Amino acid sequence: MGKPVRLYTRARVLGYKRSRHIQSPDTSLLKLENVATKEETGFYLGKRVAYIYRAKRVIKGSNVRVVWGRITRSHGNSGVVRAKFAKNLPPKSFGSIIRVMLYPSSI
Amino acid sequence: MAHAPRNSFLVPGIPRFSRSKTFAKRGLFKRKPQKVQKQAAPATTATPSGFYPAEDIRQKKVVRKTLRPSKLRGTITPGTVLILLAGRFRGKRVVFLKQLESGLLLVTGPFRINGVPIKRVNQAYVIATSTKVDISKIELDAQLNDGLFKHEKASKRELCEKNFFNDKAEPKKLPATFVALQRALDKAILEEVLKTPLLLAYLKNTFSLQQGQAPHLLKF
Repeated sequence: MGKPVRLYTRARVLGYKRSRHIQSPDTSLLKLENVATKEETGFYLGKRVAYIYRAKRVIKGSNVRVVWGRITRSHGNSGVVRAKFAKNLPPKSFGSIIRVMLYPSSI
Repeated sequence: MAHAPRNSFLVPGIPRFSRSKTFAKRGLFKRKPQKVQKQAAPATTATPSGFYPAEDIRQKKVVRKTLRPSKLRGTITPGTVLILLAGRFRGKRVVFLKQLESGLLLVTGPFRINGVPIKRVNQAYVIATSTKVDISKIELDAQLNDGLFKHEKASKRELCEKNFFNDKAEPKKLPATFVALQRALDKAILEEVLKTPLLLAYLKNTFSLQQGQAPHLLKF
């Protein structure tokens, strides 16, 4: 392969969707990079997201694991979105970076 | 009043109970068959001995799927340069040829320019750019359809035997017809591409997001 190709934008895991006392781990909140308003999140709704992490045990020749998810809707007014993952994100993922894929594309 | 059927479908086409089980459940063998029922009973179940068939007769799965090809996005027209988003050729720019019956998009690099062969892609994994290659004069071969991408699989047994005897798998070769199609198509498209300055370099180059770039602000 030639030069590296990055076809995803980054987002940061803020935590779970929550109220003051109760949190709902089935929905995670992501802060999209370079997105600051609610209107701008429109492009990213429905996009696939991947939480990629490294583990000790090798599975199929790789230490890298993925949890796939989708962006479901916007959250608040400053470029935060809600996402649901195939498996709920582990709390250790808070603050880590998530890949926001460009597909499914509508452009 | 007739009640709901005792048998239900686990998955469409796969009933919960077998035929013999249903027969036992229905308990028809306890009753004397009525005249009307006798007539209605299908010929296959009535065996001369009066027993029901011990062997389950496989019923064919009912196929309820129909081919409903996806609608082509407005931004994609024949000749549009697309950016592939996933898979082995991610980031590559390709030329869109036409939508196939299956709804997939037929694209080519062209192979000669950037190494992407004639292939099918789902439009969900593609960004349409505003760049176009004029392919209106290029006539697409009738062979360029879904059938081109079907290849025969060796049966599991054959594969198993091969592995057992440690036979070396022969490297797969592209059918000569495919190569010929690719060559002819590449030539025609390349001619068109060369008419526009920088288009060749554009197709050769891959797309990648750069630091600080937000895809929602980009104009493709």
